[in-house]
Amino acid sequence: MIDARGATAVAIADGVRAGKWSARDVAEQYLDRIARLDGALGCYLLVDADGARRRADAVDAARKAGRDPGALAGLPLGVKDIFCTRGVETTCASKILKGFVPPYESTVTGRLADAGAVMLGKLNMDEFAMGSSNENSAYKPVRNPWSHAHVPGGSSGGSAAAIAASLCAGSIGTDTGGSIRQPASLCGVVGMKPTYGRVSRYGVIAFASSLDHPGPFGRTVEDAAALLEVMAGVDPRDATSIPSPVGAYRAAARAGANGPEPLKGMRLGVPDEYFQPGMDAEVESAVRAALDELARAGAQIVKVSLPNTKYAIATYYLICTAEASSNLARYDGVRFGYRASDARSLEEMYTRTRGEGFGTEPKRRIMLGTYVLRAGYYEAYYGKALRARRKIADDFSAAFANCDAIITPTSPIPAFKFGEKTSDPLQMYLADVLTVGPDLAGVPALSQPCGFTKAGLPIGLQTIAPALGEEVCFRVAGAYEARTKWHEQLPPEAAS
Amino acid sequence: MSRITADEVRELALLARLRLSEQEVTAMTDNLGAILEYVDALRALDTTSVEPMTHAVPFDCPTRDDVVKPSLSPDEALANAPRRDGVFFQVPRILPGAGSDAEGGGS
Repeated sequence: MIDARGATAVAIADGVRAGKWSARDVAEQYLDRIARLDGALGCYLLVDADGARRRADAVDAARKAGRDPGALAGLPLGVKDIFCTRGVETTCASKILKGFVPPYESTVTGRLADAGAVMLGKLNMDEFAMGSSNENSAYKPVRNPWSHAHVPGGSSGGSAAAIAASLCAGSIGTDTGGSIRQPASLCGVVGMKPTYGRVSRYGVIAFASSLDHPGPFGRTVEDAAALLEVMAGVDPRDATSIPSPVGAYRAAARAGANGPEPLKGMRLGVPDEYFQPGMDAEVESAVRAALDELARAGAQIVKVSLPNTKYAIATYYLICTAEASSNLARYDGVRFGYRASDARSLEEMYTRTRGEGFGTEPKRRIMLGTYVLRAGYYEAYYGKALRARRKIADDFSAAFANCDAIITPTSPIPAFKFGEKTSDPLQMYLADVLTVGPDLAGVPALSQPCGFTKAGLPIGLQTIAPALGEEVCFRVAGAYEARTKWHEQLPPEAAS
Repeated sequence: MSRITADEVRELALLARLRLSEQEVTAMTDNLGAILEYVDALRALDTTSVEPMTHAVPFDCPTRDDVVKPSLSPDEALANAPRRDGVFFQVPRILPGAGSDAEGGGS
């Protein structure tokens, strides 16, 4: 039987496919770990033990009957509670969706299930994916497995922490301004935000539709690649999904590990704008050391410039709040979710339902979005931001004329303490300064561990590639991982 | 002088159909004021003759054949309704007038 502590997704699935262990035994081991360890961490909002056993048994039955149990057979999967799962409560960590049981399945979770993945439950997050610390969950915080006094990052904090603590072997999240990569960085795991449209958004609760990117988490680069291979691809139910063929991501991750100079012939760009005052010195030195390692792997390191980086946060918060204020208009208490009781008029029902159902951060973003979309303000704020977005995206195109990928830190700081940034929303927004650019440009980006601070907190390395360049991300990240041991270090829970 | 006043915040809250407490109005006035001040930095960026970018990846709206396919049954579609009456979502009275203002029975 495989030992779940530190186990990789591909090792588990390969073993199930080969009949070395059963999906049911794997699922039981993870369910037991969640029961023992998640009380202190808060990764799961819902554990679907019966459903997991049923799904695992179906995988085992398929294999015994001689059918292909799927590329991810028996993979214990954690699902951010933003993905609609048919028959399983989906709240987006909001009170306004408490009790909501979707009558349909998101494309991504459906594809993963078809490939044999066994969903264990729904993972905690910032309410409506709005936050960078997971402190905005309406239900409970997630604690960073490396230090319970520190946040796991957000918004997909549960997805990252559950991988770090081996409370699932693969997980999925969404990234709108950094919500996959930043928690991956703070929890010391791999998180991948693919090209916009590479993964279907059907059944993903909308925050900012032009920026929402579903993507995978794993302990290793190949784990994330294996999940993305299944998740990616055109979907007739998402008009913005891209019809191009899905790449060979696992092969790209493995190619990075081949030979003494797997990155020979590649040019990796380093933008000065991503190394600014305010960056933690330990983060900077770990990332500089990673660049040296990538050079030893054969890559040529070159300077590139992303001159409009300083406008990225302002641009991002204008666009995402505008889109959020429209998307969140649907929570009106009529068709699903929370409804304020005893309202005497429709108007009162709307305003009280939304006033009582939403937490502070969604309210703040709805208000800001409403403001920037108002007649008279629209062009000065929203219109301006859409033009700034183009300039930021053009920066990336220009940089990629001179390099194959861009290497940066994922977060300028390691995990911070609970409450440290909650009193000033602007300080929290600035946590996304190195991750929002690729969201605005829609290009793929991956975060992987590249070291630890003296206090033992993980540091993340970001690899950004041109649109549909996921294979480039996986190859570079695979090469770095093959030469380092950071991904083999486990926090206390993962070793117990 | 803040970029936004408490009265503007109250008006916005009405537009957004959000009931805010007075405490929330005060905090929101401060927060939105600071955020709006921060985003004002964008004014320094020259965007003359730059086309607005509405989506990360250019795409043509695809069309599909107009054929009827299986969809949710009325019961499935109504299963999450806070209140329903048969195959209808039930809401409080919309038009003011005589009669009860209560939401009524429902199933």
